Amino acid sequence: MNDMRLTERAVTEKAKMSARGVQVHYGTNHALKDVDVDILDKTVTAFIGPSGCGKSTFLRCLNRMNDTVASARVTGKIEMDGQDIYDPRVDPVQLRAKVGMVFQKPNPFPKSIYDNVAYGPKIHGLTRTKAELDEVVESSLRKAALWNEVKDRLAAPGTGLSGGQQQRLCIARAVATSPEVLLMDEPCSALDPIATAQVEELIDELRAQFSVVIVTHSMQQAARVSQRTAFFHLGSLVEYGETGTIFTSPRDPRTESYITGRIG
Amino acid sequence: MSDATGHKTSLLEPDARTKARNAAERRFRLMGLSAVGLGVLALVVLLSSVLGNGLSAFQQTSISLTIPLDEKKLDKSGKRDPAVMAKVTTVGYGKLIQEALKDMLAEAGVDDGGLKPKELMGLLSKEAAADLRDRVLADPSLVGTTLSFNAMANGRVDGFFKGRVTLKSAERDANITPEQLQLAQRMADAGLIKTGFNWAFLTNPDASELRPESAGLGVAILGSAYMMLIVLVLSLPIGVAASIYLEELAPKNRWTDLIEINIANLAAVPSIVFGILALALFINFLGLPQSAPIVGGLVLTLMTLPTIIIATRASLKSVPQGVRDAALGVGASKMQAIFHHVLPLAMPGILTGTILGLARALGESAPLLLIGMVAFVKDYPASPPQGFFDPASALPVQVYSWTQRADPAFAERASGAIIVLMLFLLTMNAVAIILRRRFERRW
Ligand SMILES: Nc1ncnc2c1ncn2[C@@H]1O[C@H](COP(=O)(O)OP(=O)(O)O)[C@@H](O)[C@H]1O
Ligand SMILES: [Mg+2]
Repeated sequence: MNDMRLTERAVTEKAKMSARGVQVHYGTNHALKDVDVDILDKTVTAFIGPSGCGKSTFLRCLNRMNDTVASARVTGKIEMDGQDIYDPRVDPVQLRAKVGMVFQKPNPFPKSIYDNVAYGPKIHGLTRTKAELDEVVESSLRKAALWNEVKDRLAAPGTGLSGGQQQRLCIARAVATSPEVLLMDEPCSALDPIATAQVEELIDELRAQFSVVIVTHSMQQAARVSQRTAFFHLGSLVEYGETGTIFTSPRDPRTESYITGRIG
Repeated sequence: MSDATGHKTSLLEPDARTKARNAAERRFRLMGLSAVGLGVLALVVLLSSVLGNGLSAFQQTSISLTIPLDEKKLDKSGKRDPAVMAKVTTVGYGKLIQEALKDMLAEAGVDDGGLKPKELMGLLSKEAAADLRDRVLADPSLVGTTLSFNAMANGRVDGFFKGRVTLKSAERDANITPEQLQLAQRMADAGLIKTGFNWAFLTNPDASELRPESAGLGVAILGSAYMMLIVLVLSLPIGVAASIYLEELAPKNRWTDLIEINIANLAAVPSIVFGILALALFINFLGLPQSAPIVGGLVLTLMTLPTIIIATRASLKSVPQGVRDAALGVGASKMQAIFHHVLPLAMPGILTGTILGLARALGESAPLLLIGMVAFVKDYPASPPQGFFDPASALPVQVYSWTQRADPAFAERASGAIIVLMLFLLTMNAVAIILRRRFERRW
């Protein structure tokens, strides 16, 4: 925990997304209880907590992926730039173009590397010519630190890459639609340490352009990459604040026991 | 070995428990092997019986005649007008054939055994004169020339060379005499009777009870092809659309559960029930024609739909959720996620299910019997779309109606038709496998 980068770059205090009183029920299972969180602009926010405490559930509220779960019921208010994302007038498809997502298990499309990255820009009509599209694909792959490894085989299937490369391809795919917020659900859990280090480095670079929310099981990772940390326990948000504060002087005894390894 | 402790046994010698387990495994293997063996045996018996009975249907004995087409007899006016020439009936053409046959025997020096002209003609198919007449009317310029004409041998003569008819059986046969067969044998020895591949079996329409040698599958193959076309065009889009709706879009509630159960039940409904439905709905209520491929196609579509829906839903289900999440996660709409990502991945399963459904429909006979497709149809249906409304037959029904006829020559034809049907089914299954391989992608 001595490798904290949070001091290296100033943190803006402007909230990009704010959640108030968010509750999620899966059928009768009350999975998320009354969560208030502000996601700051150009900041990496980490969600930590034991398994099953609702981190993914909350993350999926932020881009309305929970809409695809039939039994899920979301209440409360989540705003992005002051607009309620659960307003009936909001089309979740449009929201998801602005709030990109990277999943726990790398899930590239069974298509070529190029098509994987080009898919988002294509369906959103972000580019007009093939040259523009090529450019977006290249810059996205560069941002995901994958360009040098795949530039000679863009037509090869994305599913043929190694696990770490696949996850970076998924990041490139999410970045290609120029989202404003990037959600990552345990992006490194399937990766080896070297690939993990690459992805972490990447997250730190992405922070210059987006706000990044990352769910992680590893407290070291949270400490390394994030400026803000939220600790969830049994569906409630226990503590939320500057990463340094959470790890050095947590206010809540549950947070302290978790980060010292006594619950989890 | 120190079995007394119960723990320290030699690794080199299996203990009692291991022995029992291994024995159980051996027994299970043996049972499985015998089950497979039984299945293979049944298949071999079935195939050899069908092939043994039916392969000879693809051979046909024929007599090639050289017939001078005399203008005076066929077209007195000399105008070559088919309408006028049609006045000459098959009797007139029969006479020409009779002369030609006599001349041929005389020329080859084959003793005609003192047979009367009528008995001589009995060697040939009753269809021969009509065939010749059709050919001349279709091409009037043949009149005045000398035509070399391949006349089919009578079914009994054909059977004689295939071993189905013997001199002994001919004694009790009103349709043939031993003397006729002996003449046929002499003609064969002189090279006047030949056996060749029976294209007419694949192209001719059905023929009446007395002319088995000219009965063919042409109308049945066309009818089956038309119906398969209708089934494919209707059931694939409807089935896939219904599956996509049910699997990807519909809310999961009591109604969709009910629909799901009903589709599963529908797939198990006996096909004859579909026939009754078709009779009531399409023929009696909607007034569509009987024996028409359109009605057969519609009822087979109804039967195939549940199969396709079940196969399609299964293959949609087997597409990993991650693919949908990935597409939705970059902001694709539900339709885009389905059509760009889920459907292509489900394609091999959908196509396999569709082809297997089609194959089942191709072999189905019960519902077709009920809608009158068993009728005797001599005329080819027109080309689509109006051909869909013309009377036609179907392969399995043709098999059925041939097995109903008395002449053993039709039993041979029925087995031959089964071989054709099975070849079609084999081809369809092969196509299913090829499509599956081609579309299959790993993820
Ligand atoms: N799709 C779902 N359907 C029903 N229950 C779910 C679903 N996803 C998560 N849950 C439940 O919600 C709770 C929180 O899960 P989750 O958000 O995945 O936790 P975490 O990501 O922190 O491990 C768990 O009790 C889990 O069983
Ligand atoms: Mg999770």
